[in-house]
Amino acid sequence: MTEHPNRRTLLKLAGAGAAALTLPRAAGAQSADELTIAYNVNLPSWDPTVGPSGVNPTIQGIYQTVFDMFIHQKPDLSFEPGLLTEWGWNDDKTKVHMTVRDGVKWHDGSPFSAEDVVWSLERAGKEETGNPIQFVWKNLGNFKIDGNKIIADVLQFDPTIFKWMAFLTGYVLPKAYYEKVGAAGFEEKPVGTGPYMVDHYERNAFVRLKANPDYFGGKPDFETVTIKFVTDATSRVAEVESGNSDVTLEIPYEEYDRLIGGKLKGTCDTVSDIGMIFINDIDPMLDKNVRFAAVHSIDKELLVKRLLRGYGVPLDTLETPEYAAYDPTIKVPYDVEASVKALAESGYSPEKPVKFKIQTTRGFKPKDYEMIQAIVGMWRKVGIEAEIEVYEIAKHYELRAADQLAPAAFYNWGNAVGDPTTSTGFAMYGPSPHSVWDGQDLIDMINPLWGEKDEAKRIQGWKDVSRFIAENNLVIPLMQYAQPIVHREGISVTPHKSGALLPHLIKRA
Amino acid sequence: MQFARVACLRLLTTLITLIGVAVIVFIVVRVVPGNPIAMMLPPGATDADIERLKALYGLDKSIPQQFLIWFANVLHGDFGTSITTRQPVLGLVLGRLPATLELSIMALVMAVLLGGTLAVLGTRLRRTRAEAGIDIANGIGMSVPDFLWGLLLIVLFGVLWPVFQISGRVTPRLELPFTSQFYLFESILRLRFDLTRDLIGHMFMPALALALPLAAIIAQLLKQSLKETVNLDYAVLARTKGYPETSVILAEALPNAVLPTLTLIGVQFTFLIGGTVIVERLFSYEGLGNMAIDAVINRDLPLIQGIVILFALLFTLVNLAVDMTYAFLNPRLRHA
Repeated sequence: MTEHPNRRTLLKLAGAGAAALTLPRAAGAQSADELTIAYNVNLPSWDPTVGPSGVNPTIQGIYQTVFDMFIHQKPDLSFEPGLLTEWGWNDDKTKVHMTVRDGVKWHDGSPFSAEDVVWSLERAGKEETGNPIQFVWKNLGNFKIDGNKIIADVLQFDPTIFKWMAFLTGYVLPKAYYEKVGAAGFEEKPVGTGPYMVDHYERNAFVRLKANPDYFGGKPDFETVTIKFVTDATSRVAEVESGNSDVTLEIPYEEYDRLIGGKLKGTCDTVSDIGMIFINDIDPMLDKNVRFAAVHSIDKELLVKRLLRGYGVPLDTLETPEYAAYDPTIKVPYDVEASVKALAESGYSPEKPVKFKIQTTRGFKPKDYEMIQAIVGMWRKVGIEAEIEVYEIAKHYELRAADQLAPAAFYNWGNAVGDPTTSTGFAMYGPSPHSVWDGQDLIDMINPLWGEKDEAKRIQGWKDVSRFIAENNLVIPLMQYAQPIVHREGISVTPHKSGALLPHLIKRA
Repeated sequence: MQFARVACLRLLTTLITLIGVAVIVFIVVRVVPGNPIAMMLPPGATDADIERLKALYGLDKSIPQQFLIWFANVLHGDFGTSITTRQPVLGLVLGRLPATLELSIMALVMAVLLGGTLAVLGTRLRRTRAEAGIDIANGIGMSVPDFLWGLLLIVLFGVLWPVFQISGRVTPRLELPFTSQFYLFESILRLRFDLTRDLIGHMFMPALALALPLAAIIAQLLKQSLKETVNLDYAVLARTKGYPETSVILAEALPNAVLPTLTLIGVQFTFLIGGTVIVERLFSYEGLGNMAIDAVINRDLPLIQGIVILFALLFTLVNLAVDMTYAFLNPRLRHA
């Protein structure tokens, strides 16, 4: 009884299927004045000075596209004038002076002035504003404006105050506009002085930017820039490979190699992010021999070569070569023999290993879990048996703040401003909520450096701290990460050591 | 009267379910490891800074106190303020809901059409190699999860044969005249078919990825029902009268075979909505699911609560709608 479809029926079905797919080819190519970037994160908020977004390093590139900071950083992290053209302390460092750039306009056409700078600094220093870096900004007060000159009292000396002006929450917002529209209005239509102006923003989807013709750094190359928020790495690869986006970043190194082996171009330079393993001063890490072996039995060169495909630089301290307190003379060599010997002194061997837990994220940073697996393998050979616990990054933050991390815990530390206080300092200073090593000798070494007024002495002091940490094996620095950026032919991308992909640094080739 | 009583009872149970969900979610998001304050701590924050931040976000009180405050606010329509976006939660979730609803409905339509077609074809071609082929396709459709279909579709129709858009909901450079967030429906109502085409170009792959597993389930169950029904007396009679086999299946067997499938669709539709979380992320589609992942990563407690409660509301409403539709379509229940 069964009837079989004839050829005509099948052809009709095939025709119907083909007709259904006659949608236009996905829009890929666009005008020469447009640039589309597949960005790796969402932008939760447009106010770069409050809430969690203010301290989220991954979205600073978008903020720096729309807003200007008090002080700018060049792609190599060195400092250059931003909305301040000059800055400094008086001789006894009880006052600061700043000169505000002339001729700058806000995106709404109103003139930028010293009042905006003072308002931004005062707002950042108030508790009720919700600026996470308020503990820094509150150190300045009693501002006095004279034309484009500002003088303020130093309420508590912080040698890094001007560096913070180029770092998290160090943005100038428009006083008159913000007071007129309020926080909600500002979220709706943000106004800055940056190289691009917000044209249209779709939360969780994209932001379309228009070039600021009055930008003090010169009008950017592309009239329109669209930043798509493509949080999945596979989709970002597909975006740039299909031509739907011109540029993308933070893709797996394997994909980077594959894509630049074809018709796409790219860079994979080191950024200020480092991979490290916190050592908590709990048993068995109180044993100096165990710490020595844990630190010296890791072949970092091999990790970079095999797991990161050579994209990265092994580190001996928490300071990268771009940081102010980098000391190339501090070395922590890979030495299996010495590690075995040290463990033997404490009664441990591969047959009778010391046991502890190591915590890591999985997929939060490139090859994080695989790296810890490899390290555990290296440790096993010298007499350390580590059990891996995988956790979410949120749990890491909570445990670290409560000083409850395992004896070893993997993390990545970013320090775009390059000062030792914001790397070695906060990571290793016991009372800091970001440190888990509480040794009093180290605390005593660091204490005087927070308020040291002699900059050369301060930097040397931090180098000494790094040497002390390396000699006593108080932390395991692993490597400096590299950031893959892939783009189409016909454009050039200048990577920034901070890791921020800045559209105004993308030019026509 | 009977119908009104049942409807009131269902609404009451819906309300109780939602309160239960609210209590569970509120407690769970606060006891799982990872709190939002630890995530936003600046370097160098002191204990006083931590306490200040806790107080700022209302996390300095006990969990029961926090719940009572939150629940009292909810009764006034205030679901709190998102920690990461600093926007009212209700506005955020309602703003994203239409995108997820449009995607889910499109996926459902695709699943029903695809699954229904395969079921009819399978019945029509029963005991042939083609039926075996359809069974194999159903097996693959069911065993491959939606996000894997998504990856496959991205490679096929996003990269190798770039017919559809890989990410987003609409092409960013288009000017949108919409006054609501129901872009697809509004574009049709405004007769802006250029925008309709663009929106479908963006939704097609995520919707298909969501639809394929459900289509396979529909196809298998409906085909089974159809195969039983086509041998019942009235179908045999129709065939004896000389009706073509296709007409027998579509006109006689299908209306009676569809009821169990309808119930299944209702249940599976809630899973489909749940599936939007991963698929929206994969396609960077600006819906509730994508927002939910960000909220969880950032431990944005008020936003997580708002999204979960909205999902729970959706699930209960879908189940309610299925029950009502089933009652309407089933003559035994309709005339009871």
